[in-house]
Amino acid sequence: MTDVVLNNIVKTYNKGEVKAVNDVSFEVNKGELFGLIGADGAGKTSIFRILTTLLLPDSGTACVNGFDVVKDYKAIRKNVGYMPGKFSLYQDLSVEENLNFFATVFNTTIAENYDLVRDIYVQLEPFKNRRAGKLSGGMKQKLALCCALIHRPTVLFLDEPTTGVDVVSRKEFWEMLKGLKQQSITILVSTPYMDEATLCERIALIQNGSIMSIETPDNIIKQFPDTLFAVRANDMGRLLNDLRNNNQIKSCFSFGDFHHITFQNNNEHSRNELIQSLQESNFQDIEMKHITPSIEDCFINLMN
Amino acid sequence: MKQFLSFVRKEFYHVFRDSKTLLMLFGLPIVQIVLFGFALTNEIKNSKIVICDYAKDEATQQIISKIEASRSFEIQKTLISHKQIEEAFKEGDIKLAIIFPANFNNDLLHLHKAQVQIIADASDPNTANTLTNYATNIIMDYQQELMKNNAMSFHIVPELRMLYNPELKGATNFVPGVMALVLMLVCVMMTAVSVVKEKESGTMEVLLVSPFNPFLVIISKAIPYLFLSLINLTVILVLSVTLLDMPVNGSVLLLFGESALLIITALSLGLLISNVTQSQQSAMFISMMGILPTMLFTGFMFPLENMPYPLQIIANAVPSKWYYIIVKSIMIKGLGFSAIWKETLILFGMTCFLLIVSIRKFKTRLV
Repeated sequence: MTDVVLNNIVKTYNKGEVKAVNDVSFEVNKGELFGLIGADGAGKTSIFRILTTLLLPDSGTACVNGFDVVKDYKAIRKNVGYMPGKFSLYQDLSVEENLNFFATVFNTTIAENYDLVRDIYVQLEPFKNRRAGKLSGGMKQKLALCCALIHRPTVLFLDEPTTGVDVVSRKEFWEMLKGLKQQSITILVSTPYMDEATLCERIALIQNGSIMSIETPDNIIKQFPDTLFAVRANDMGRLLNDLRNNNQIKSCFSFGDFHHITFQNNNEHSRNELIQSLQESNFQDIEMKHITPSIEDCFINLMN
Repeated sequence: MKQFLSFVRKEFYHVFRDSKTLLMLFGLPIVQIVLFGFALTNEIKNSKIVICDYAKDEATQQIISKIEASRSFEIQKTLISHKQIEEAFKEGDIKLAIIFPANFNNDLLHLHKAQVQIIADASDPNTANTLTNYATNIIMDYQQELMKNNAMSFHIVPELRMLYNPELKGATNFVPGVMALVLMLVCVMMTAVSVVKEKESGTMEVLLVSPFNPFLVIISKAIPYLFLSLINLTVILVLSVTLLDMPVNGSVLLLFGESALLIITALSLGLLISNVTQSQQSAMFISMMGILPTMLFTGFMFPLENMPYPLQIIANAVPSKWYYIIVKSIMIKGLGFSAIWKETLILFGMTCFLLIVSIRKFKTRLV
């Protein structure tokens, strides 16, 4: 069973000058937690807006719950939950008033679906009389999620829900999404944070409006073609330059404390040769280890 | 229905929690009424004049004392020579000069004819006209007194009666105009930002992805403003009756009914602006642009009958013009509905048109 289907969706802006979504097709199964992973401007929001019937695609078809996003937009609007990337609740209304309002808009009450939002709402309850505009970033996201859930949607669209939210709140947010999965709600979530990708069941890596890969996070990592190493030394800036100029190295990217590299010919000999040449170039504390690639490594690899 | 009430409640929250909106809503009308009622009137009081009296006889003394007694004039100084007159005009805020030639009384008594010269500063033609009329009236008055003594055979005495406004108070003209202006402006501006505000803040994006009815949203946006504007109207009426001694000769109920109609017309116009614009700024700008035509074409500042024909036609499209006629008929003339049904019908038609267009212009998607 699929809840969301996209077939060759194309969306351009400025009369075709800017191609935001380029021939995108994918399917999301019922009850799946599906992630759309890509940098800013990759076309994630455009895809979300097409699926939530807010934008018309230039070509291609898309269905949500079996309803066409163009013809049956009214049916879709009744059944889905949508949380835009920008905080979009009424800032001058209190937490409770916002939730009440959105419940009534969807012809339901808080009491009716309280079990669905309870886990999230208990955290908001101490602030229920506070204006939404005065909440912290993490609290705002929780409230927005509550409002998007209050009518028990079949499909939940979350556009960058964790952007601009602190690490702890981000973690909590993903815990909540896992909880919602138990309620068999299909969730489509987008994020620019690669570390969040592994929390999804399946992910689509998207770049410049095109999908590069759709797989489970594990499979994407398995498909990484080379063996990846992490290198560290005392002068990281110079090290990056040296590595990039070394013709034995296939790729080299800076990743926090380490540089991630792959070899043209990965064997014992070339590895030793590299360490040797680095020692000759007066690098101290050289450390090199074999690592499993992260989603980000895969993403960068696919981008090139 | 529950959905609708929830929308209305939300709109009330928005209005009452925005102190700037409230200030504009209630501050503007009070300021306008006080301004137009007291400061800006076309009545002329205490105009400064100079007098050059070569005769200095009984007749001129009497006329001058009459002029002095008038509330319209304030004699700045008496000149010795007419050569100083032009200087006086150039020098200061003199509006009028009156010159009596030598032997004024003699000429009057023996030749039955005397001349007096009145010179006015006509850079403001209306004021000059009014002032020369006032001065002439005072002189004619004196002439009539003289004639009482020596009976003359033919005698036409015009019997003037200023209907509806015997004291010629400016407020009688201005208050209905200000009512029309304030209700128009406040309602249009308030609602013009209401829908576009939701577009800007992104809440419209969330609202669109819900089973709401655009018609209900638009109507619910107008309701708080209708309610507040009626309170506003009450404030204006109480102020003008107590402070400016305005009469309310007709039915108060009818006045409120007609005002509600104008308010709804203005709200529909505001909603239309809000639906077709993309930012609060441009919505505000468009409604600000409406101030000038509303002021010009309502008819309380400049008489519409004197405008070129094309402008008169444009004026017909301004709702406040019709409301102004209605208010004057009810408040001042004390007429009933039968006298104003035509204007009412026009306003009603405008409202329907604007509402239908603004609902049709409502976009069910982004962009």
